[in-house]
This record gives sequence, structure tokens and C-alpha cells, in this order.
Amino acid sequence: MAEKVLMKGNEAIAEAAILAGCRHYFGYPITPQTEIAAYMAKKMPKIGGTFLQAESEVAAINMVYGVASTGMRVMTSSSSPGISLKSEGLSYLAGADLPALVVNVQRGGPGLGGIQPSQSDYFQATRGGGHGDYHMIVLAPASVQEMASLTVKGFELADKYRMTSMILADGTMGQMMEPVSLDFEASQTVEKPWATTGTKMSRPHNIVNSLFLQPDELEKYNFERYERYKRIEETEAMCEEYMMDDAEICVAAFGIAARVSKNAVDEARKMGIKVGLIRPITVWPFPKAAFAKAADKVKAFISVELSMGQMIEDVKLATSCKKPVFLCNRAGGMIPAPEQVLASIKEAAEIGGAN
Amino acid sequence: MAKLTFKTDICKGCGLCVDACPKKLLRLAQEKINKKGHHPAEITDEAACVGCASCAMMCPDCVIKVER
Amino acid sequence: MVVFDKPHALTDAPMHYCPGCTHGIVHRLVAEVIDELGIEGKTIGVAPVGCSVMAYNYFACDMIEAAHGRAPAVATGVKRADPENHIVFTYQGDGDLASIGMAETVHAAARNENITIIFINNAIYGMTGGQMAPTSLPGQVTQTSPYGRDVKQCGFPIRVCEMLSELDGPEYLERVTVNNVKNIRQAKKAIKKAFQNQIDGKGFSLIEVLSSCPTNWGMTPKAALEWIDERMIPYYPLGVYKDRSAQEAQDK
Repeated sequence: MAEKVLMKGNEAIAEAAILAGCRHYFGYPITPQTEIAAYMAKKMPKIGGTFLQAESEVAAINMVYGVASTGMRVMTSSSSPGISLKSEGLSYLAGADLPALVVNVQRGGPGLGGIQPSQSDYFQATRGGGHGDYHMIVLAPASVQEMASLTVKGFELADKYRMTSMILADGTMGQMMEPVSLDFEASQTVEKPWATTGTKMSRPHNIVNSLFLQPDELEKYNFERYERYKRIEETEAMCEEYMMDDAEICVAAFGIAARVSKNAVDEARKMGIKVGLIRPITVWPFPKAAFAKAADKVKAFISVELSMGQMIEDVKLATSCKKPVFLCNRAGGMIPAPEQVLASIKEAAEIGGAN
Repeated sequence: MAKLTFKTDICKGCGLCVDACPKKLLRLAQEKINKKGHHPAEITDEAACVGCASCAMMCPDCVIKVER
Repeated sequence: MVVFDKPHALTDAPMHYCPGCTHGIVHRLVAEVIDELGIEGKTIGVAPVGCSVMAYNYFACDMIEAAHGRAPAVATGVKRADPENHIVFTYQGDGDLASIGMAETVHAAARNENITIIFINNAIYGMTGGQMAPTSLPGQVTQTSPYGRDVKQCGFPIRVCEMLSELDGPEYLERVTVNNVKNIRQAKKAIKKAFQNQIDGKGFSLIEVLSSCPTNWGMTPKAALEWIDERMIPYYPLGVYKDRSAQEAQDK
């Protein structure tokens, strides 16, 4: 067992990124993720890397686009309003099939919103965020350890599938401190013959581009991309199932909401309610199979979210609305207490008859 | 004496070369139409050309190759 | 002996520009400079959004297409990825560089980012069909200033070289034009210096090229070149606006 160190979630992301071979970070200050930038500012110059505070989130994501074009691992991080600004760049990264890692430590919205934790960028993250048909691989950590391990995983998946990986965290995950093991293998490199690193006068020029004026050509690229997305949905979906073996009620929650829900599940079990939890670790691809399987067994679902109810739509889709899906939520930076989740579980048990 | 070679197919008939020639040796061939639908540039008196390449320098499309 | 031919750093792809558009001349000058400096194999160009959006098809070096106005940020990433081995240039129009991408332009200059920017100022948005640009002249008629640019209503044109020259950051700023052979020679000299500065690690160089847009100005190619002399140069005087190395040498 590797030695563990006590770290903030944001710092764990930064350190894990460096361990994954990322040597280029571009960011712009925004609460509650600024520790990532501060960590990079300290570390990068000492290891021959680049830390650059950009003039805006828009510039930062385009600097990411530049480094990604050369095939090197690169990242940026921000929080909700900043991710909106980066959305143009996210669409271009998708259109040019470039790998990159983007971290969203979510805060309450819309607008300037607040600085407290939120999960209300779920739609934005899982549906792409910017214009056009595309997806990102979206990883939702629920511990500081996962903030680190999913960062490494995010870089690997981005390279493997030539697309953006997003870490979808929230203010709590970013700020909380937990012991974390940083014993990561240096991840494997992927050949990138498409990268624009100079022709060396030994090959035709490479072009990184998202403009295709011929509609049949553009359609072809969209179809190819969605074939890739299909493979990702089939092979890369991840979730944690907790006490689902005999569950009659299934709680669905990711990130901080899953940690709260786990406590509520434990309490409900003590009361004799057969309840379990499915915690999506990838929210895109959504772990549809786990939910589809559960839909044949349980009597009801509860989606616990720090939003007005966004993931609930994916739960309904994954279960083909076979069973009722209830929402248990807080918004605007508020976090549901275990008691609130427990009350929802009890209510669902009564309506669904699970006892 | 200089030799001018025109890539007539890609000439857009803008005439900038015609104006650039200090000896006024170029013209747009009004009786010809190239693939692009333009009257292409051509030289009227190659023997008089000194190969200054002013025409080639003004051409936005690298139509003209100049040899001396 | 060949005294003039298409440079190697241009591909054989026929350019899509309108007849008489000076984009082709500036493309060629950039390519000639790349040839002469022997840097095609390590050069990475960044194309803008605008008429020259498809410049990636015309330059034989590696090319990247950027979002509208973001080329200096993209170039920053490419340069920082491998500062020793990448020669990076952007090629941008006035809408791209001086309107939507002004922040990226100013901050790349302020950082003295070691890149080369070729800035085409033709006082109009060409690709979208002739709308008012940040550099359209007072009184200039465009699709979106049909009664002439009214400075009371929509403000004044931006002189990019003059504005950037106030910053401590940039190494080299020069305004040139390509409306006759003499000016083309000067433009090439400026572009070559801008690339040489990058090779020498001196930093940010921007060459503003006053260019013509016969189609959207509604003029013949010849008249458009004359309009540069008559209307554009008086508002946008040619010359070197900043040469830090020269200034420092003089101050010593």
C-alpha cells in the first residue's frame, strides 16, 4: 500500500495531472478551483512545464487547443461561469478531434450564481456544452482519491479517443481534504501522427481543423465521431453499486450527492428499508446498463442532485421510465442533508411499497 | 531576353500584372476564356521583356514564372 | 535562370480569393520568407476565421484552424508546447484580430509572446460579404454602414500598430502595404524581420499589411490599390511603430 498524503481535492487534481505527464496548464482565476492554478504556478516552472495565467477563460481554452494540436497532454480548469466561456473552445476541440483535460469545479448558477457547491452544469457537461453534435467523456469524482485517479484516467481516455475529458467536480470535492495515494503508473503514450509539430520536410502537412464546407464531408466526420462515442458508451461507462443486491429502492447520485446518499442508505437499511445506491462515476457515458438492470428489480428510483433535477432525465431514459423516479434535491449552492435523502427514501418506500 | 510561363488555368484575370509591367508588355486575352471563366493574362512581346518580374510580384496567384 | 516562381512553402492548391485580392500576395511573401529562412519543416501556422480561413490549404507547413479571433491564444499554446523547435505564425484579418480577438491580440503582445502575426487590414469583413470592420474608415460605406461609417454612432477605426506600440511588451510592429512592387518589397522585408525576430527569441512581432478588397469595396482591382494610397495610408501611415532591439541599441 502506497503512502498516503493529506491533500485538498483541487491539489490532488493538479498533482495527478503532473504525474500523468501533463506539462502545460492554462487557467484563469475563479472560485472554487483556484487552488489548481496556484499549485500549477508553483510546480510547473520547477519541472520545465508551462503555467500561464491567460487573459480570459476563452484565451485559456484556446491555448489548450494550441498545445493539444501538437499532441502534448494539456489541461485547464475553471468553475461554472468560466466553463460557459470555454464552451466555444470545447466545441472546436471536439470538431478538430483533439485530446485535452478540462476540470469543472462546479458552483451554483445560473449567471454569476454563487460560490457554493453545485451540480447544475450536468446538462452542459453531458450534452457537450457548446454548439454542434459532440460529447465529452465526463468523470464525476466522489472523493479526493478519485479527484486524482480520474484525472489520470481522463488523460488516458482523451488520448485514446481523441476527445476532451472533463472532470465534473463541485466546490465541496475541490475544497475537502482527505488522505490520497498518488502511486500512479506513468500512463502509456499514444501515437499521434496527426499532430502539428512541423513537417520536418518528411511528410505532407498536417492540418488541425473543424471547418468542412461540404455537407457530406462534415456529415461523414459526425458519423465517424458518433461511432466512436458508441464504442465509448459500450466499453467505458463506470459506476459504483452499493447494497443493490436486494434493493427495492435505488438511489442515483454522483459526486458529493453520492456521499450524502450513502449515509442515508445506511440509515434506511438500519430501519429495514431495502435501499441501494448506484453512483455514476462516468456521467457521460452514463452507466445505462446498471440502471436498466436495476429497473427490472427495484420499485422506484430517487435521483439525488445539487440541481433542479438534471441527471434524473438520464435515469428515466436509462430505465425507459419503467419505474417511478423521484427527485431529491437542493440548488443554488445548498447540499441535501442525509435526513432529507432519508425522508425521500421513506416516502418512495411507502409509495413504491418497498418494505 | 526573358521567358515568362503562365499557369493560364489559375489566372483570375485581375489585371494587376498588366498594370505592373513597366514596359506595358502584358494584356488580358479578351478572345480567350480559361477554365475559371476569366480572360487570362499573356505577354504580347516576349522579346522586349527584361525579366524584371514586377508582373509576377503583383500576381496574387503565382501564375507567372520568370526566367532570364 | 529562374528569377521568379511559386515558393515551396505554398502548396499547389489554387487559392479561392477573389480576382485581384491581395491575400494571395501576402501568402506568397510569407511563404518566400519561410523558404529563405529554411524553416518550413518547423513552422506551424494558425489560420483565422474570415476570408483567409482556408489558408491551411495554401501553406505547405503544418497548419491549425483557430476559432474566430483566438489565433494568438492558439499560437501561444503551440509555441509554449516546444519553444525551441516550433516557429509559429498567425495570419489574421481585421475583424478577427482587432474586433473579436482584440483581447487575445493585446495580451499576446503584452506578454511579448515569441510569435509572428501577419495582420491583414482591408477595412472590411470580406468573407461575410462586406460589413463594417473595426478598421473601416470614417464615412466608409459598407453593408452595415450603408450611409457611411458614422463615428458618432459607431465610433472610430482602431489603429492597431499605434495602440500596441504603447505596450512595453511587443518587440516589433510595422505597417506595410502591397499595392505596388516597391511596397511589396518593403512588406517582405518586414515579414522576414518578424520571423527572424522569433528565431532570435526576441518575441512578439506584428506586421500590419494594408490590403485591398476589390469585391466588397466595389472597385476594380486597380482602383482598389489606388484607394489604399488615397484613403487608407493617410489614416494608417506606413512605417515602423516599434523596434525594441533597435531602440535599445540606440539607447546604449
